[in-house]
Amino acid sequence: MKNSVDENFELNEVQTLEGHTDRVWSLAWKPAPGIDGVPAVLASCSGDRTVRIWEQSPATGCFQCKAVLEDTHTRTVRSCAWSPSGKFLATSSFDATTAIWEDAGGDFSCVATLEGHENEVKSVSWNASGSLLATCGRDKSVWIWEVLPHNEFECVSVLQGHTQDVKMVQWHPSVNILISCSYDNSIKVWAEDGDSDDWHCVQTLNQSNSGHTSTVWALSFNASGDKMVTCSDDLTIKIWGCDIIRMQSGDGYAPWMHISTLSGYHDRTIFSIHWSREGIICSGAADDAIRFFTESKDDLVDGPSYKLIYKKEKAHEMDINAVQWSSMENNRLASASDDGTIKIWEFISAPGKKMHL
Amino acid sequence: MLLQHIRDVKDPEHPYSLEELKVITEDAIEVDDKRSYVRVTFTPTVEHCSMATVIGLCLRVKLMRSLPPRFKVDIRVAPGSHASEAAVNKQLNDKERVAAALENPNLVDMVDECLAPSYG
Repeated sequence: MKNSVDENFELNEVQTLEGHTDRVWSLAWKPAPGIDGVPAVLASCSGDRTVRIWEQSPATGCFQCKAVLEDTHTRTVRSCAWSPSGKFLATSSFDATTAIWEDAGGDFSCVATLEGHENEVKSVSWNASGSLLATCGRDKSVWIWEVLPHNEFECVSVLQGHTQDVKMVQWHPSVNILISCSYDNSIKVWAEDGDSDDWHCVQTLNQSNSGHTSTVWALSFNASGDKMVTCSDDLTIKIWGCDIIRMQSGDGYAPWMHISTLSGYHDRTIFSIHWSREGIICSGAADDAIRFFTESKDDLVDGPSYKLIYKKEKAHEMDINAVQWSSMENNRLASASDDGTIKIWEFISAPGKKMHL
Repeated sequence: MLLQHIRDVKDPEHPYSLEELKVITEDAIEVDDKRSYVRVTFTPTVEHCSMATVIGLCLRVKLMRSLPPRFKVDIRVAPGSHASEAAVNKQLNDKERVAAALENPNLVDMVDECLAPSYG
């Protein structure tokens, strides 16, 4: 029997980014422009009410803070997300607003403020084409905003359905469906009616259909969009799958089905989960550890199963609130913590270890 | 000994300490120094106590200020001591809600009053 922790992997700390003066809540890598020589950029947001923009120096490879977006949000900035083009950064805050920042070659200016939520906004997400934005918060609602010309944003729908605060919203990577997860332990799927432009809940994943038994903190899709992963205060990670071909064909709604539950790996709340393009699921938790999982090829009798391939104890001094794979380099990821730092890591397979010159 | 850090926390509604009101006692505090873990179990004075979440918040803030940051702290009401036990426990241990509460000036004033070194 092989040990569950495969020793063929290594997680190397590349750099620690210091600057925030309170816990760091969330991270977002700027989408890869697909042009050689364009540096990697990471945005981070914090309880210190600021957003920091970190850019990798082409000369040294080191990340440096290039901008601090401050004096706009008056409370914790909980979440940040780049538009698909990388031209805009959306930041949502406990101050009940979502700010839209335009990136003009590294100079950031706040070009719009989205107001409407009653209180704390907890998450923001752009859809794949950048035409829609979703926000959610403590007021139990999910808002969908249409992105109009001249930096105008119009609320097209306010979705009620969750019975407690909504922790995160995330658009599907190819189809216009929105997923939300909540303190009410459920995950909801929202879609637009064919003709009427009305959004409504098309599916609820909760305890009655193998869902979570406590707060669902985060979710992430795999590269092809036929699976998603969710993480929870119930100390489990769950994998869900859907018939993506049918979904993309527009031939009715293809429901998400429970595929697998990963339990027994975490002993405190799992705050963050992110699926890499190469199929590696990374988790960040309140036990200060980062873990990596992949689909196991060993046993396909009962459908796909997932195994732990690497665990980094004490990746940070305190809770890990966010883990995020790089949009440019497959083996790079960043983590953010209550300890106020961000760390850049390289997750590599040990035999083919990269040379550090 | 951890009790000394929280024994003088004042009840939000009464001019007495939580220890005097028997809301917290010595055996309500479990410390595992090796694992950097603390669990506090408090007993609200009545089972419909509307101040349970505020008391829990005061205990959490006091411990955050007293303990090294490596400690993980769980706070709960004693089993069977509160009508909304599960809801109270869930809220007290959701750090996002705690963070939001601690940005609310009214709540912070209330907490600070309970944590003031002298009262009465």
